[in-house]
Amino acid sequence: MTIRVQQQPFDVGHELNRFMMGFDGIGAVVNFVGMVRSQPEDDPIEKLVIEHYPGMTESSILRIVDAAKRRWQFEHSLVIHRYGELFPREAIMMVAVQTAHREAAFDAAKFLMDFLKSRAAFWKKEYRNGVAEWVHHRAEDDRAIKKWSQ
Amino acid sequence: MRRRRFFYWVKKMKQIEILYFAWIRERIGQPKDQWTTNSDTIAGLVAELCKRGPEFKAAFHDLAAIRVAINQEMASLESSFHDGCEVAFFPPMTGG
Repeated sequence: MTIRVQQQPFDVGHELNRFMMGFDGIGAVVNFVGMVRSQPEDDPIEKLVIEHYPGMTESSILRIVDAAKRRWQFEHSLVIHRYGELFPREAIMMVAVQTAHREAAFDAAKFLMDFLKSRAAFWKKEYRNGVAEWVHHRAEDDRAIKKWSQ
Repeated sequence: MRRRRFFYWVKKMKQIEILYFAWIRERIGQPKDQWTTNSDTIAGLVAELCKRGPEFKAAFHDLAAIRVAINQEMASLESSFHDGCEVAFFPPMTGG
C-alpha cells in the first residue's frame, strides 16, 4: 500500500503505470482521479488551496485504506493527495486499487473516495473572482459514508 | 490549608498544544497555541478559550460546525484530555 501526501503535481499516467508494474497476476485495477474543476464558466474557479493536518492526514488515510483492505481483501493500493495551491485541470488526488475481479476493485475505489472526501484531514478553499471561500462539507458526503455501513 | 489547596491547583493544570485549521485558524489569526488549562473536557477548554477575546468567540460561535481531535484522533466535546497532549480544532473535512 502506498500513501503519498504531497505539494507538487504528479503525472497520473506515470503513477498508474508504475503501480501496475509493481505486482504480478493483475486481475483488475480501478483508478480514480479527482481534478480541479474549471466549471461553471460564468464563475470559474481560479485556484484551489488545500490545507491539511500533517501527521493526522497520513494516519486518517491509512485508517481508510485499512478498512477497505479488510473489506475487499486486496493487497495493492495507491493514494496520492496534494495540498497547497492547485489550478484548474490539475489533478488533486488519485486512488488505484488492484483486486482479482473488477467488482471488488470498483467498490473498493468508491469506498476509498467516499471516505477520503470527508474523513481525511484536508480542507479546500476555492478562489473565484478573487474571492476566497472554504468549501462546505455536504450532507450527501455523510450519506455516502453511511451507505457503507448498511 | 491554603498551601495545600495551592498545590492541588498546580497539579491539575495541564499544558497542551492547540492547533487550528481552515477558517477556524483564520478567525483566530494563528495556527497554534501553547495553553495552560485546568479544564477536564474539550467543552470546558472551548469555554475557557472563548473568554480570551472576540476572535475566539467568533471561531467557536457554532460548535456544531466544529470537529476536534486529541493527539490526532477524532474526539468530541465531552472527551477528556491529558497534560502534554495536542488538541486540534477544525471544520468538517473536505478532501478528495
